[in-house]
Amino acid sequence: MQEKIKYWKGLEELENTPEFVRNSQNEFAEFLPVKDKSSSGKNAEVAPRRDFLKLLGFSVAAATLASCEAPVRKAIPYLNKPEEIEPGIANWYASTYFTDGDYNSILVKTREGRPIKIEGNPLSSLTRGGLSPRGQATVLSLYDTTRLPNPVTKRGEKHIDAEWEQIDQEIRTKLGQVNGKVALVSTTIISPSTKQVIREFGAKYPSFEHFVYDPYSVSGLLKANGGTIPGYDFSKAKTIVSFGADFLGAWLSQVEFAKQYITNRKVTKDNPNMSRHYQFEATLSLTGANADVRVPIKPSEEGVAVAALYNRIAQGTGGQVLNTPAFAQTKQLDAAAKELLANRGAALVVSGSNDVAVQTLVRDINRMLGSEGTTINTAAPIYTKQGDDTQMIRFINEMNAGTVGAVIFYNANPVYNHPLADKVVSGLKKVGVKISFADRIDETAVLADYITPDHHPLESWNDFEPRRGYLSLAQPTISPLFKTRQAQDSLLAWSGNNTSYYDYLRNHWRANFAKGGDFNAAWDKAVHDGVLEGVTSAGQTTTATVAPMTMAAAAVAINQTARNSKGIELAIYQKSSIGSGVEANNPWLQELSDPISRATWDNYLAIPRSLAKEMDIQQNDLIRVTAGNGKTIELPALIQPGQARGTVAIAVGYGRTHAGPVANLVGVNVYPLAATNQNGVLYINSVKLEKTGAEKVIAQTQTHHTIMDRNVVQEASLDAYRKNPKEVTEYIKVATPDGPQSPSKVSLWYDYEYKNHHWGMVIDLNSCIGCGSCVVGCASENNTPIVGKQEVLNRREMFWMRIDRYYSSDTHKDTSNLGTIETYQAMEEPSENPQVIFQPMLCQHCNHAPCETVCPVLATTHSSEGLNQMTYNRCVGTRYCANNCPYKVRRFNWFAYYDNEKFAAQNYQMNSDLGRMVLNPDVTVRARGVIEKCSFCVQRIQAGKLEAKKEKRRPKDGEIVTACAQSCPTNAIIFGDMKDPNSQVSQILRREDGERAFHVLEELNVQPNVTYLTKIRNNNLTTTNA
Amino acid sequence: MQHVSPVREPLVTGGKTYHDITNDVSRQVEAKPNIRWAIALAVALFFLGIFIYSVYRTLWFGIGEWGLNKTVNWAWDITNFVWWVGIGHAGTLISAILLLFRQKWRSSINRAAEAMTIFAVICAAMFPVLHMGRPWLAYWVLPLPNTFGSLWVNFNSPLLWDVFAISTYFSVSLVFWYLGLIPDFATIRDRATGPIARRAYALLSFGWTGSAKHWSRYETVSLILAGVSTPLVLSVHTIVSMDFATSVIPGWHTTIFPPYFVAGAIFSGFAMVLTLMLITRDVFYLKDYITLEHIESMNKVIILTGSIVGVAYITEFFIAWYSGVEYEQYAFINRATGPYWWAYWSMMTCNVITPQLFWFRKIRRSVVATFIISIFVNIGMWFERFVIIVTSLHRDFLPSSWAMFTPSIIDVGIYVGTLGLFFTLFLLFAKYFPVINMFEVKTILKSSSGVQHSHAPETMHAHSPNNQAHHDK
Repeated sequence: MQEKIKYWKGLEELENTPEFVRNSQNEFAEFLPVKDKSSSGKNAEVAPRRDFLKLLGFSVAAATLASCEAPVRKAIPYLNKPEEIEPGIANWYASTYFTDGDYNSILVKTREGRPIKIEGNPLSSLTRGGLSPRGQATVLSLYDTTRLPNPVTKRGEKHIDAEWEQIDQEIRTKLGQVNGKVALVSTTIISPSTKQVIREFGAKYPSFEHFVYDPYSVSGLLKANGGTIPGYDFSKAKTIVSFGADFLGAWLSQVEFAKQYITNRKVTKDNPNMSRHYQFEATLSLTGANADVRVPIKPSEEGVAVAALYNRIAQGTGGQVLNTPAFAQTKQLDAAAKELLANRGAALVVSGSNDVAVQTLVRDINRMLGSEGTTINTAAPIYTKQGDDTQMIRFINEMNAGTVGAVIFYNANPVYNHPLADKVVSGLKKVGVKISFADRIDETAVLADYITPDHHPLESWNDFEPRRGYLSLAQPTISPLFKTRQAQDSLLAWSGNNTSYYDYLRNHWRANFAKGGDFNAAWDKAVHDGVLEGVTSAGQTTTATVAPMTMAAAAVAINQTARNSKGIELAIYQKSSIGSGVEANNPWLQELSDPISRATWDNYLAIPRSLAKEMDIQQNDLIRVTAGNGKTIELPALIQPGQARGTVAIAVGYGRTHAGPVANLVGVNVYPLAATNQNGVLYINSVKLEKTGAEKVIAQTQTHHTIMDRNVVQEASLDAYRKNPKEVTEYIKVATPDGPQSPSKVSLWYDYEYKNHHWGMVIDLNSCIGCGSCVVGCASENNTPIVGKQEVLNRREMFWMRIDRYYSSDTHKDTSNLGTIETYQAMEEPSENPQVIFQPMLCQHCNHAPCETVCPVLATTHSSEGLNQMTYNRCVGTRYCANNCPYKVRRFNWFAYYDNEKFAAQNYQMNSDLGRMVLNPDVTVRARGVIEKCSFCVQRIQAGKLEAKKEKRRPKDGEIVTACAQSCPTNAIIFGDMKDPNSQVSQILRREDGERAFHVLEELNVQPNVTYLTKIRNNNLTTTNA
Repeated sequence: MQHVSPVREPLVTGGKTYHDITNDVSRQVEAKPNIRWAIALAVALFFLGIFIYSVYRTLWFGIGEWGLNKTVNWAWDITNFVWWVGIGHAGTLISAILLLFRQKWRSSINRAAEAMTIFAVICAAMFPVLHMGRPWLAYWVLPLPNTFGSLWVNFNSPLLWDVFAISTYFSVSLVFWYLGLIPDFATIRDRATGPIARRAYALLSFGWTGSAKHWSRYETVSLILAGVSTPLVLSVHTIVSMDFATSVIPGWHTTIFPPYFVAGAIFSGFAMVLTLMLITRDVFYLKDYITLEHIESMNKVIILTGSIVGVAYITEFFIAWYSGVEYEQYAFINRATGPYWWAYWSMMTCNVITPQLFWFRKIRRSVVATFIISIFVNIGMWFERFVIIVTSLHRDFLPSSWAMFTPSIIDVGIYVGTLGLFFTLFLLFAKYFPVINMFEVKTILKSSSGVQHSHAPETMHAHSPNNQAHHDK
């Protein structure tokens, strides 16, 4: 037997006295006798100084040691690597972006399982690889910190987190007992399967109705055209006449239309033809800025103008003339009519009015011009907006009458974005069960009993049919970030259907769109491609009530509108960035400056200079606007050239109160100011303006608006181009002993030798429509920080790419008879109805770069491939390079924009764990105090070269594209290797050399690698464009 | 032996003896602090506090604390830098060039002028470091061997030339100034009564005994240093001007800049010397040493350099018109009539018009008028740099990027803060160092003191040089 040896640590343990046992429980044998003298009386033990010092020393040491410990950051490695994910290699998934009428087929770039960038899907014949700014930005909305992480129920005024099982139970019970109509209110749904889900859900209830509305409605257009939007095809139109339709902006389908529009706008020497575009509108829109002929008119005149055109076309085609008031600006209208008639079959007239009468006339003008079947594809009507104002107003009245028992809001926020929001609020009080699918507690959801948050579209399965026969799919690109559930799944669950929406969707496709053959293979291909086109589809039935209007009735209505107009007219419009305000909490969209006013982070009262002078209003003056319906808002004035006399304009989409920290209280909600009647909403009203005496400064990224007669941008008329393409561009010559020479011929510097590649870019000013897609694309690719309104006001926005917008001025140096100083001052004033030119501006990657020579530490250098490189970790931040850059494209990190409370709200992509998931891991987030700028997406160049190297070949042209070139919906930006004689860039440069190709500030001899092509305007009304 | 010029005014008045000079100059070093001095120091320290706070904000939060933007990337920072460097020019000019030209009147003002140079360059040197985005990496602008790979500085960059120019200028000026102080420190050491003072000044005087060998070496070294410093007077501001002249920005890209900047620097330096000396001579009762003759001589330099600067301003306009370059033309019209017209016309008024008043002898010899005009010139020269930097940058080539610059409170804080730093240093200098070069003034006492020293008193101080060759002959 082995004796157990016991080791003891001291005699105390051996003896094991009760006192020892008691003390051994305490880690610290005895607490230091620190006692407060006052509390323990005269005879109490007083802390000896020595003990005090001991304790102090220990505490200090302990605190110091504790604070030295590095925070534990958990990085979880792929122990079991998912099959498709290769760390460091991006995966691309085809999907679809559809919000608020803006449809884009997209490709989602994911890295290590998280979406980081969205690009256009080239397989879609509608959007053809283009992508709108909102589509680009939606990837950031996925990581919005304001999203609801789980369903909530409302108890009193409080929102309480709930579990899905429990909330489903409650909702099912409540819906089962509902007394009255069950209503589902949504914005436009173009998903055939979702509509089927809703139909099935509705069938469970004796009285169910699906109400569809659009925050910015086109219900007038729908009503005049049998419930769908005509399938406009701008690519077939030689003459386009638009009455207030911002078709390149937020009107309907901006990317699709931009793609179509630009096909007839690109000119070459061999094909010096382009469409001519007339725009009659109140406020200068993106589309108006691109028009060859733009006529400012009051919104109330729109009907008159359309009727006047109708009469001229009717005369030309032998139709019946209407009795409507005369339109004043006959010169342009006559030219337009003449040209439309000459181009029958290649003519298109569109109108942005929400007035059925106007749209009825427009429809008939198009019919008379033979547009149906040519410039209007009758086989493929557009479905992206289906909202019916009349129906929505009926719903609001029904709620107030108390006949609605339950309401479900799906992608709908009428408390914010319906003009009758007050009545929505009062009506909701009478509704028993209110459910919202909102992804956050928005203005409407806050009044709901249950919020069952929907997935973000990038987490969802869905299908779309933006045009008849053109289908596309959305697939999840990340597993749900939160405990959310797709709305369709919720509806299926509540209607007792246990299939998942994914299976439901597949089944729906199998039943409706399968062309025979192997469905699984066809499905996989459709998911892979993202689109399925040429499908025989039943089309979508919309709920729009069609009220055919006779010509005579339309004429009467137009007369009525014209007569009723009085005082100052307000036009309410949408910006292409914020749209109707659904994604207002996306900081990229807030900071993306308006394409025309270049204002960010605000809406404002666009006011013509004539009115500003009359009322003595200065820019930024806070104005009280009182609409005809009695609603009042206050917002700052912005003097907008091109704004029609006697009119003002305000954009919707701002003034959110429950959207999140980015959007809340940015701007003012203008929806309540829209005029409503029984038939619908008119985005116009008459207003009274009053100065409040206060001021609110608008943050513009460009505060000087004219080009000052500098040949920084160049433009010419189509006539001049046809006559002699070599005369359209002004080339600077410098005097030398050998006569005038191009500045590049006289150089102090040695030229670089490029042995392998020489990257270059061509930007066609004729194709750029100024939409700003490239700016968001660049921000998304290159992790540029968002700085917020105050810093934009400080002129410190950080976007690497900007679009310069210049207005023409009435004063020119050569022709002015004023003194020199007065001439310069007059040149700063834009014309009343200016011509507009856009110029995308980014680092020009100069071969003789002024920034490179001045850096004391060689932080910016020239690469062997022609890139002007920036080495962030070498930069000490003297900013000399930024000063010496003639293009002012260098950006300085004035603050740390990451992990900085000051920027936490606006720049959540760098300040929250969730937001940071959107950052591109291939691009450094720049530190405070360093300069940054466009790199020509060097990470993409490197990746492309590596790919080619692996395959032992040279990179193919078009394989490497910068983010801006990739996102451009009009292919205005072409990137490539100038060393490769067959690259598109080289071909354009050869073709346009000495004709349209020019370098900005060529006289400085900095020899940029970015070349611009002169803009050509087809604006000579004396020549008919046929 | 003593010669009294019938035309020249004496440089030392009041019938001073050698001993008087020693007494007068050493008095404020040895006496208890003067109350006026104490108040001035308190004010200076308050502004120094503002400086420290503003620098803290800049370093902790970033350059975003300033009013700069993406178009105007330099403004008050470099304006202040050039202004301070310019002010620093008078000292070297007085001590080196005037020494070589044998201008005896420099003797009583050179010490303070050199001290001013040193302190102004210290203030100036703050800005190139503070204006950096990452000032903790400022040493990267030095061509030091390093472990970062083969990283080296860019010798093409004028900013790098600046680093060399300023650091050379600072070290040479410092050595020159200190060298001149050594004999006077020795005087104070010998007079000192308290042990601390004796120890301190003994240390500062490097064991100077006044032996002939010491004097001989002193003379040699000071002549060499004068020779070395002379080109620096021209080179420093030439190189500073190249920060602008070698760029492509209209309004900066100008070949006239080097001479124009040097003239401007001397102009502003003299103005600052006048401002300071007029105060010092009053506070420390040194009117007999810094006489109206001195003031008048300096005013003459101001009128000369001020006129050169004025001609340069006009030349710039002429060349802008004559060149036919539209950007250049606009830059200058914008200067005079654009949104910063007030800065331009402040500059023109202060720098070109006010100094012309010195053509009147009465004004030239009026202490009050000189003081006011010297302040005007200081203001005008600050505006000159502001005009060159900000109005050129704010509207350069592309109108889309045109912007305005508005200083932030931190910008202002740093500027007035450097004034606090400067005056703190200057006041400490004035109290603890001999503000007037005793031994050099003693050398001119006989030749230009306004009294016959028929029987030179034997109170002459032991350490005064009695065999100087270079000044008196």
